[in-house]
Amino acid sequence: MTPIAPAMTDTAFALALALLLMAPLAIAGVALINTGLGRSRSAAQALLGNLAIVAVTAIVFALIGATVAGNLPGTPGSEGHILHVAGKPWNWLGAGPFLLSGLAAAPAQAQLALLFEFLAVAMAALIPWGSGADRFRLTAGCAAAAVMAAIVFPLLAHWVWAGGWLSQLGVNFSLGAGFLDPGGAATVHMFGGLSALAVIWIAGPRKGKFPKEGLATALPGHNAVYILFGCMIALVGWLGWNLAGALVWLHAPLSALPVTAINTVLAASAALAATFVVTRVRFGKPDASLCANAWLAGLVASSACAALVTPGVALAVGFVAGIATPLLVELLELAVSIDDPSGAITVHAAGGLLGLLAAGIFAPQQGQLVAQLVGIATLLGLVLPLVYLLFWILNRVHPFRADPDGERIGMDLHELGGGAYPEFVIHRDESYR
Amino acid sequence: MKYAGLLVMPAGFFLSIAALTLFPAPASRAAFVLCGLAVEALGLVVAVRGHMEARGESHQ
Repeated sequence: MTPIAPAMTDTAFALALALLLMAPLAIAGVALINTGLGRSRSAAQALLGNLAIVAVTAIVFALIGATVAGNLPGTPGSEGHILHVAGKPWNWLGAGPFLLSGLAAAPAQAQLALLFEFLAVAMAALIPWGSGADRFRLTAGCAAAAVMAAIVFPLLAHWVWAGGWLSQLGVNFSLGAGFLDPGGAATVHMFGGLSALAVIWIAGPRKGKFPKEGLATALPGHNAVYILFGCMIALVGWLGWNLAGALVWLHAPLSALPVTAINTVLAASAALAATFVVTRVRFGKPDASLCANAWLAGLVASSACAALVTPGVALAVGFVAGIATPLLVELLELAVSIDDPSGAITVHAAGGLLGLLAAGIFAPQQGQLVAQLVGIATLLGLVLPLVYLLFWILNRVHPFRADPDGERIGMDLHELGGGAYPEFVIHRDESYR
Repeated sequence: MKYAGLLVMPAGFFLSIAALTLFPAPASRAAFVLCGLAVEALGLVVAVRGHMEARGESHQ
């Protein structure tokens, strides 16, 4: 039986709704960062793709995903499908109403939860789109987003947020308060980061990225202003997301919100400062793109732990994220031959992992760390192979990668027939010599 | 090799889940969950190695 959440006061409901209405700014920030980190000849296709993916996920989640996620407690069938194994109930699949019927009559908190999931699925699906920049076809990106919104995200959302087996680890196995993910570090960011890895493996690197001889070619983002302004917008959205998550999923009192907001800012700031120093020491000058990645990694880590830890811990988590980000980006590119233009694997998958671990280590409940580890094991051991399999099948039906000519002239001209900056002179690309 | 790695990863997940039902004691349960994660990490390393080998072959 899905536990019924304690009733929300009118003040808390209004505040949570207002905070959730700020959350799309995080999506806008990530969209700007994705676009800025790609090349100028694919900028319009990248930004249109971000917008199209938000639209596709909203429609598919309303048609299919919300039923699977089943997050309307109190409505018929909301308890989901339960398997009884070893004397314990394993709630593995939601059974919500079809096409959101009965939504207006559902409890206020259930409606907020559903709005949270609508925004979360859009953010999760944007992450692999950024990693496939400059080669991922628009229609294939939308199809991949539809698969994420119809199948994988709803399963995860049900398990973590809607009374599923991960959220019940505390009740059934005395593991703290069950798997905790108030800001979506696992359900959105780790899931998105692992989906990005699957896209990169299937689509392959950009042409000219890894030449036959020598080191990987640097293909820097085309607009640092988009990237850094995207980071600023993302902070506002993240504050809304983390605070709303604390209210909706943790039922936190209003007095706990200022600390959550401070922790969010501290984690991002510490990550930026650490990467600024690391890149200054390594390269002689701070790297704007890596600093932006670190800022985002700090925010992602805060999604898991901002509502659960002290400001000192949030600062430490941010520092670790900031030190790890430039090193991991370099390792993935140079040692592992992974071409990830937006750094999604480092920022979203590794940042989310760090935050989830911190939430387990520093949460006061006994057994919380094991609950977090089981959640991480689910993402890594079940979700990544499942997403890879689904994307592999999808790629057979509708190839992810544009043809070589399209990649050469740029995705804007190839897919849209016009560039994002028509008055600019397109320079010759040395990597195609 | 990439597919072999991806097949090993669910084995690690089921090991972690088995730990929940087989071991009521917190220490042994935590140890077994960690073993499951180690198997998943091993699978990921194999998959990454497979990706690198495939990239090397495509260059030849």
